[in-house]
Amino acid sequence: MNIEEIGQEIVEEFSMFDDWMDKYNYLIELGRDLEIIDEKYRDQQHLITGCQSRVWLSAEEKEGRIYFKADSDAVITKGIVNLLIRALSGQTAEDIINDKLDFLEQIGLKDHLSPTRANGLSSMVKQMKLYALAFKAKKG
Amino acid sequence: MDIQNIRNQFPILSRKVNNKPLIYLDNSATTQKPQSVIDAVSNYYTQINSNVHRGVHQLSQLATDAFEEARKSVQEFINAKEHHEVIITKGTTESINMLAWSFGEAFIKEGDEILVSEMEHHANIVPWQMLCERKKAKLKVIAVDENGVLKMQEFANLLNSNTKIVSIAHISNTLGTINPIKEIIDKAHKLGALVHIDGAQAVAHTALDMQELDVDFYSFSAHKMYGPMGIGIFYGKEQLLNKMPPYQYGGEMIDQVSFTKTTFNELPYKFEAGTPNVGGMLGLQAAIKFLSDIGLDQIKTYEDELLNYATLELQKIEGFRMIGNSPHKASVLSFLLDEIHPFDAGTILDQLGIAVRTGNHCAQPIMDKMGIPGTIRASLAIYNTTEEIDALILGIKKTQQMFL
Repeated sequence: MNIEEIGQEIVEEFSMFDDWMDKYNYLIELGRDLEIIDEKYRDQQHLITGCQSRVWLSAEEKEGRIYFKADSDAVITKGIVNLLIRALSGQTAEDIINDKLDFLEQIGLKDHLSPTRANGLSSMVKQMKLYALAFKAKKG
Repeated sequence: MDIQNIRNQFPILSRKVNNKPLIYLDNSATTQKPQSVIDAVSNYYTQINSNVHRGVHQLSQLATDAFEEARKSVQEFINAKEHHEVIITKGTTESINMLAWSFGEAFIKEGDEILVSEMEHHANIVPWQMLCERKKAKLKVIAVDENGVLKMQEFANLLNSNTKIVSIAHISNTLGTINPIKEIIDKAHKLGALVHIDGAQAVAHTALDMQELDVDFYSFSAHKMYGPMGIGIFYGKEQLLNKMPPYQYGGEMIDQVSFTKTTFNELPYKFEAGTPNVGGMLGLQAAIKFLSDIGLDQIKTYEDELLNYATLELQKIEGFRMIGNSPHKASVLSFLLDEIHPFDAGTILDQLGIAVRTGNHCAQPIMDKMGIPGTIRASLAIYNTTEEIDALILGIKKTQQMFL
């Protein structure tokens, strides 16, 4: 599936929730389900600082696709990290660079990605795109 | 005291957030503004807006008179000896930067020592740190104990004849600790050191008297005392301010200019480069009137009651951990809930319409010292009620359930 299709799938999942509590309960669940990142990546080099919560991100390329792993110290942030990884990990550099992550707006979580939120998520997306750019440049 | 009547003066308190009635508990970050303050700013721009101190025309005269009257209101409010000891800035941060730079130029040389405390916010650390780097001076830090109380014995030990200035918060923004500033001032003066008090968190909660304190410098912001943003005060003793060079150049602070020599205006204008925030100053004057009409003693009594109620009730919650347990505390409640990350708790409380601050409160050193990533902070003001504390407690319980 491409990013847009995954985004639509996520939007459908979230459309089942009637109120904010269900939505946040689901985010908490997603946060807890996030694949545990290898301890070696939870270091200064992979840290994306936010004043509110911290995010760690690592990336690698396999056969023209980029795979991300990430973690956060806050569970709700981790839940959103989970959604971002689901949408962007395993995609091509080109798609990652160009996608605007519209699904986040549709599920009412866009404001969590605002740079002023200082939870590390906005910097994380920027970093993911930078990785994609770097891989693309390396490939020539 | 009729709290409902006070609440009615704050239009924003009747709005909703996330479809819930707003419960505003982030007063240490900024307080809301009463209608009288909003009107004072609005009236300035609708009636007398013009530049101060330089026009011969009627409006300029009106604006200048109003601006200087407002300065006198501040002087009275903090009981400064002279009105020209009241310097108008854009806030506490600018006041401290001005002091650190200007005082540093006049008085700091290699080997001198400057004392701050572990509980300071960044604005009362970094300007001093930079000054010390420039002048090869030493920054010494007074430690805080596990309750968030300043270690006064350590202060006494650090203080010596090389200490040029001590700069301490009146009230900690993170822990709520009220520091024994009179004792600090007296001890420092005995050894010839000067004292600056960062009053950002104190000015809305406790009456101030510059002359009785005998403090050398004192800083605060209007927006934390029901006034507008972008306006603040830097108080300094006249004889000290006269020895300090200007911090910025241009505008009213100039006396004579030629390309070979420029001379500077007198106090307070020497420190007020550029066009001042006249509207903001009139808003501050209205905020002072608001505070004085209720009375700071009354405010303190009410807020102490609220703090005691909140402390007692919050501590009944399982998994609640208060950060900052000084016996002398202002209405700041910094806490952690079980293992829940402050950001997570803040996000859920926000959904419930409860505005609290989460994070490190721009005071990273004290967070590192306590070994925590940050706290959730509820800070109270005169318009908060016990019902709002009850709502916070319910919100906390709901938050805990969600993260169980």
